[in-house]
Amino acid sequence: MTTTDKQDPRQGFLPRVWNFTLELLDVLLRPSSIFGLGILVLAGFAAGVIFWGGFNTALELTNTEKFCTSCHEMRDNVFAELKSTIHFTNRSGVRASCPDCHVPHNWTDKIARKMQASKEVWGHLFGSIDNRDKFLDKRLELAEHEWARFKANDSLECRNCHSAQSMDITKQSPRAAAAHERYLFPGEKTCIDCHKGIAHHLPDMRGVPGWQ
Amino acid sequence: MIRKIALALLAAAIAAGTGALAEEPLYSALRGSIPLNDEGAADPMMPTRNTAEREARNYPEQPPVIPHSIDGYQIDINGNKCLSCHARARTAESQAPMVSITHFMDRDGQFLASISPRRFFCTECHVPQSVVTPPVSNDFTDIDTLLSRANPGRRR
Repeated sequence: MTTTDKQDPRQGFLPRVWNFTLELLDVLLRPSSIFGLGILVLAGFAAGVIFWGGFNTALELTNTEKFCTSCHEMRDNVFAELKSTIHFTNRSGVRASCPDCHVPHNWTDKIARKMQASKEVWGHLFGSIDNRDKFLDKRLELAEHEWARFKANDSLECRNCHSAQSMDITKQSPRAAAAHERYLFPGEKTCIDCHKGIAHHLPDMRGVPGWQ
Repeated sequence: MIRKIALALLAAAIAAGTGALAEEPLYSALRGSIPLNDEGAADPMMPTRNTAEREARNYPEQPPVIPHSIDGYQIDINGNKCLSCHARARTAESQAPMVSITHFMDRDGQFLASISPRRFFCTECHVPQSVVTPPVSNDFTDIDTLLSRANPGRRR
């Protein structure tokens, strides 16, 4: 195969790529004459562990509040707003961090969300919300994405902590108990239907169902 | 000479007066006995009364108090959380009392289709209540009590 390259040095780019591919395929498909099968299997296993471990470590690194707030769009807008709410500061000190609510915990859903989030990297690089005014202009659209996501998965990220089964409504205020009994337990409404704006400030709510 | 004596007397009187003021611990129901130039320890914040049961008004014009917690309720240019339950169209679902019809009226007495902008900021008049013993007592007596005192047994 190597002789083909020498035969015609003035070959075009595409034929040379094609020839290289054929050559590579040939090497990959030919049985090894040096390494034993066991060594190949073990090496493959070790490489797999390193790749998978590295991949998941990097993935988990992007799933931390430190990573989220490393860009000013998050730190100065939504994270600043979170700090005064009950999901950041409360009597017992248990708190939700960004990925607890904004990234699905289930692996496949998480990967899907992470792929969607690559658009946010684009937005950061090209500065689509790089100042407060741009952020406020886009705020309703951004919020609607999250509301739609919560609505579609029945507020799954809320329910990761707030389970309806474990909810003791006798410990709730009469108002909350009545609303949960009437709308949450029969499944008529999901958390996000009523609890919008509990962790961040609200955008212009005109036209949003349930708001005036 | 007389003037000098008078001055000395006046000085003595002022000194005695300020001395007495300094000695006398000033007591106020709100401040306690903390001296005026000291900042006392802040009282603990008391929990909000959260019964969701309506409270009687002390006089007919009183804005009803809010019988529940309103922590984190956003009322600004973007939205009004109170109206999510108390707006006319929301009351069937929420079973909350509707915002009074007087709130639909603009300052010319003209009724609008919904809340008048000047009545938008609920907490300017309506406030939640805390579970506390009032530090200052209050002997307010409502009109019904006064009338029945004047004419016992009369119809009102």
